[in-house]
Amino acid sequence: MTVVENKAERAEGWNRPQVIEPDGEGELLEVAMGPHHPSTHGVFRMDVALDGERVVRLKPVFGYLHRNHEKIAEGASYLASMPYTDRLDYFCSLTNNWAYALAVEKLVGQVVPERAEYIRVILAELTRVQNHASSIGFLIQEMGASGTPLMYAFKEREKILDLFESLTGSRMMCNYMRFGGCRVDVSASWLDATRKVVAGLPAFVDEFEALLSSNEILMARCQGVGILRPELAINAGVSGPMLRGSGVNYDVRKVDHYGIYDRFKFRIPLGDHGDIYDRYMVRILEMRESIKIIEQALRDLPAGPIMDTRAKLRGFRPKPGEAYGRIEAPKGELGFYLISDGGLNPYRYRVRPPSLINLTILEDMCLGHNVADVVLIFGSVDIVLGEVDR
Amino acid sequence: MKTVEEIKAAIEAAVPGAGVEFVSNPSASAQHSLRIAPQSAVAVAKFLRDDADLAFDFLSNVTGVDWPDKEIAEKVKVMRWVTKTVDGPDGQKVDQPVEETVEETRKRIESGCLEVVYHLYSVGKKHGPLVLRMRTVNRTDQVDLPSLTPVWRSAELQEREVFDLYGVVFGGHPDLRRLLMWDGFKDHPMRRDYVEPDDFEYEPTPHDEVLKRAQERENREQRTEGPRDRGLAAG
Amino acid sequence: MAVDQNLKIELGKQGIFVTTIEELYNWGRRSSVWPMQFGLACCAIEMIATTMARYDLARFGAEVFRPSPRQADLMIVSGTVTKKMAPQVVRLYNQMAEPRYVIAMGACAISGGPFKQGYNVLKGIDRYIPVDVHIPGCPPRPEALIQAFMTLQKKIDGQPLTGEGRPRHLDAEAQGEFPVPEQGEHDLEPTSNKGVWPVPITIR
Repeated sequence: MTVVENKAERAEGWNRPQVIEPDGEGELLEVAMGPHHPSTHGVFRMDVALDGERVVRLKPVFGYLHRNHEKIAEGASYLASMPYTDRLDYFCSLTNNWAYALAVEKLVGQVVPERAEYIRVILAELTRVQNHASSIGFLIQEMGASGTPLMYAFKEREKILDLFESLTGSRMMCNYMRFGGCRVDVSASWLDATRKVVAGLPAFVDEFEALLSSNEILMARCQGVGILRPELAINAGVSGPMLRGSGVNYDVRKVDHYGIYDRFKFRIPLGDHGDIYDRYMVRILEMRESIKIIEQALRDLPAGPIMDTRAKLRGFRPKPGEAYGRIEAPKGELGFYLISDGGLNPYRYRVRPPSLINLTILEDMCLGHNVADVVLIFGSVDIVLGEVDR
Repeated sequence: MKTVEEIKAAIEAAVPGAGVEFVSNPSASAQHSLRIAPQSAVAVAKFLRDDADLAFDFLSNVTGVDWPDKEIAEKVKVMRWVTKTVDGPDGQKVDQPVEETVEETRKRIESGCLEVVYHLYSVGKKHGPLVLRMRTVNRTDQVDLPSLTPVWRSAELQEREVFDLYGVVFGGHPDLRRLLMWDGFKDHPMRRDYVEPDDFEYEPTPHDEVLKRAQERENREQRTEGPRDRGLAAG
Repeated sequence: MAVDQNLKIELGKQGIFVTTIEELYNWGRRSSVWPMQFGLACCAIEMIATTMARYDLARFGAEVFRPSPRQADLMIVSGTVTKKMAPQVVRLYNQMAEPRYVIAMGACAISGGPFKQGYNVLKGIDRYIPVDVHIPGCPPRPEALIQAFMTLQKKIDGQPLTGEGRPRHLDAEAQGEFPVPEQGEHDLEPTSNKGVWPVPITIR
């Protein structure tokens, strides 16, 4: 079923979810999916009203993992919040680190040495690969393929996590970046191991695609389901693969050129229809582009320091002011907004969570679909509850 | 992208009486912002979104900020009359009023407010950020601001979050409920004067502040419950 | 009554298998612990990693994650329990059939962990439900979860079927339903279940 195009663009209320009338036979069934539901990626709840199998209303309920990250960060020093950012989107701790480090570096005007920038790019793109692989694995798991694609994804993810662990000391909570550089330098043996893993990645993506991309069930369940129109996607602040799946060419790596992304050759995959299949395909193609970026970064990695020598670590007090820094995290645009009053703690510390904002249009995408598709559409958004609720 | 001053001029030309104020940002990021008057906020937002040059179609981030009431102590020099005993002309002591400058510390309460900050980008023109700010009148009874959700849908959940955690009431929001805390919750926990429920258990620590809180808690519980059985209730 | 170990081995050599009901019963119980498919936060990802190919929890008879609490024996509290979620966790625990066990996985489930200062964070799930095994770590590695599993299996193995220390489903007196906390205006009410979790005292 396709969503009927709203012709009256920009008319009052064009960006609101459409109202679906029940067909009048029987009663509406109210179902609370979650917070304990196997498909909700944790503790998310959807209050769904069903007319038979058809969804006529859907209200997301948040907050079951609201861990007060922002409040705690406002009582802690700037550096002490770095480990907490790991636990925002716990699949991608390194990109979270980077976004926070970037915001603080903007606030104080800190520069980062070349070598550190390259290491950041390598780690961020590795993170993107393992995030996209796992998110596709979960998506297919929700389709009913219990386990198999997820095992393929996690097999590869474990290899990448081994690299993270040998570099940073932790599999998931890396706590690696610092304001003005990185915590430890990469060794020659680590680079060799990374080259080996990266050399195996294209074969993994090929295998993954051979398993899934032209699978008849996957195409039948995903094509034409959960369509998101590009103008609504922009208006609702959707970012990341969701936005690009709808055909909007917007990638913070290309727009802001943060870090050293302007030095690499890579392309931005875009979708045509904005359905689940396009989002799936964008993620697959982004993995391939990420592999290209990693290969270029490994080739060009310069020698040099990994920390700016002028970077201040103890008694770090930024001058009063504010800064908003954002990066292209695997889930979308991850931003940090900091207000400093000149003290040791940030006066205001705000995370712009891509997962939460991408859920704004969940209802719009689900209306009119069957309840089984809701699980899929939700899975295609690719959220992590730690970031949704913070 | 136009500079923030140029955008300010453009807004003032398009929306008469917009009440836009330039807010400088002294930090290295130099992301200056515009403070807009709440009554014209929706008109300004529509202009920023629909103007062909600016085209800020992407509202990235909505942030609530709490600025509590501040007690400002300032030293003021005051002239006043004091009575002083001086030697009179005939050798006697005489009380006489004399004008004198005294330094006085005066305290005044500067009323706080709640502020909402919007970060705008343009997907079409690929520029940004433009920072908009709005302030409420105070923190207690006049906490209404217009919602920008009708203009940018992405504000929907984020404004609900600001309402939940700060208590800003957004007029015109289609579905203003608490986002993160449960519905029966009464406080606004991100406000700086929020006192959280005391549900720590206190471990032995050399930390003065923790010990003080533990002592207070113990005193309070002994008042309410009488002496406690020493932690053996469960057996 | 336990059979003499040497005699048992001797009989085994002759093809005679001797056991007790207790041993057989507990062997069956510990070899098919079905955990509930229930992820809360970061630790849930490590829990999933544990079930995947590399760590392979299936070796311990625990690969069948059941989505329904009615079919599960083990609740792995994998992550931060918030005050908004705590009533649901207790309710899910109440819905599980005896014998049921709880593993508190990670620092948050034990004590609130790094988020202990948070206004919405429960300072340890053992305030409301009894916990059998605690695993420290943030998050614990998959090996740690496997270790917790083996600890739990040892615990199950050691439970006699009668008398003191028997599992709760064989004890008619045992408490089956645990009170679900209510969400009040400022905090959960009550803030802990005193029958499960004695408020610790401050020693100075």
